[in-house]
Amino acid sequence: MTDAFSLDGATLAAIVAMSVMTYLTRVGGFVIVRFLRLGARARYALAAVPPAVLMAVIAPTVFAKGPAEALAAGITALAATRLPMLGTILVGTAAVVGLRLAIG
Amino acid sequence: MTALNTPLPQPHRSPAREEFVAGLVAILPAMIAAAPIGLLYGALAAQKGLSPLEVFLTSTLVFAGSSQFVALELWTEPADWIGLGFAALLVNSRHLLLGASLSTKLGLFPRWVIPFAAFPMADENWAMAERRAATAPLTPAYYAGLSALFYCGWVLWTTLGSLVGAVVRDPATYGFDFVFTAMFIALLAGFWKGSRTGVVLAASGLVATLAKLTLPGAWYVLAGALAGIAAAALMFDPATDGEAA
Repeated sequence: MTDAFSLDGATLAAIVAMSVMTYLTRVGGFVIVRFLRLGARARYALAAVPPAVLMAVIAPTVFAKGPAEALAAGITALAATRLPMLGTILVGTAAVVGLRLAIG
Repeated sequence: MTALNTPLPQPHRSPAREEFVAGLVAILPAMIAAAPIGLLYGALAAQKGLSPLEVFLTSTLVFAGSSQFVALELWTEPADWIGLGFAALLVNSRHLLLGASLSTKLGLFPRWVIPFAAFPMADENWAMAERRAATAPLTPAYYAGLSALFYCGWVLWTTLGSLVGAVVRDPATYGFDFVFTAMFIALLAGFWKGSRTGVVLAASGLVATLAKLTLPGAWYVLAGALAGIAAAALMFDPATDGEAA
């Protein structure tokens, strides 16, 4: 591994540019809320961010990937109502492995 | 949050340490589940000609999985720093929503800590922090435990992947790809506050699925999230939700 520590100038510039831009997106939300006076409706909408983002992240896997994933997501949701986090993850992952073998 | 604000009994033995460890434990499954994806990223980056040091620096300084994968797709020789920086800004724009939401739960954070707390905020530790804030006050130590382990895990897996190459062909083997889906479903259950949550989820899920089928890249997350938030704003009733904080 002779070139494990090689560092290209243009690559470093790209990494720094990506880092700065990504940090701006991360700190931006905190800055906006700090300096903007949010009305009651905006604060109410802001409270919906966690479920809205989580649903958006999983939706393509749940609804558009295939029957195995859709069924496994349903089983996971059922498990989530009675099991702790780790148990839910184990049940969900086992379900998707089994269902993919069974129905593709 | 209007969730039950049950004041948890304050632990009396080094509470910060216990909170930190509780954060580590909470994020451990996500850190382990990130291994196949991290190893895959490292291997793909090595194929594109990035050295292990360059992969290490990318994961350390950028620490954003989806934008790192997008950057590999756009990779040119030599690297185009303007294009890649702009792509990172767009792909990661959903962070604006995460930060805006989390910023309302940082009552226990000293103000100077917040710019540092923003740096390692990713989907997974953010979601865990939001879930915590729904039932107990979010402490800096708990957030630090979540973030430290997930951050170190991503740097470790990706760097390892660039060193050992293509050991992981497809994270779908053994259902590793579904671990995050299952984790997010489990977290979602904790945000359920009745039928209005159902409307938010329906709007977000529908628009995200349609966007995934029609738009390139990771735009579906932002599109779905904005639809869900818009649905919540439309359901706002000044008479009854006046002081929903």
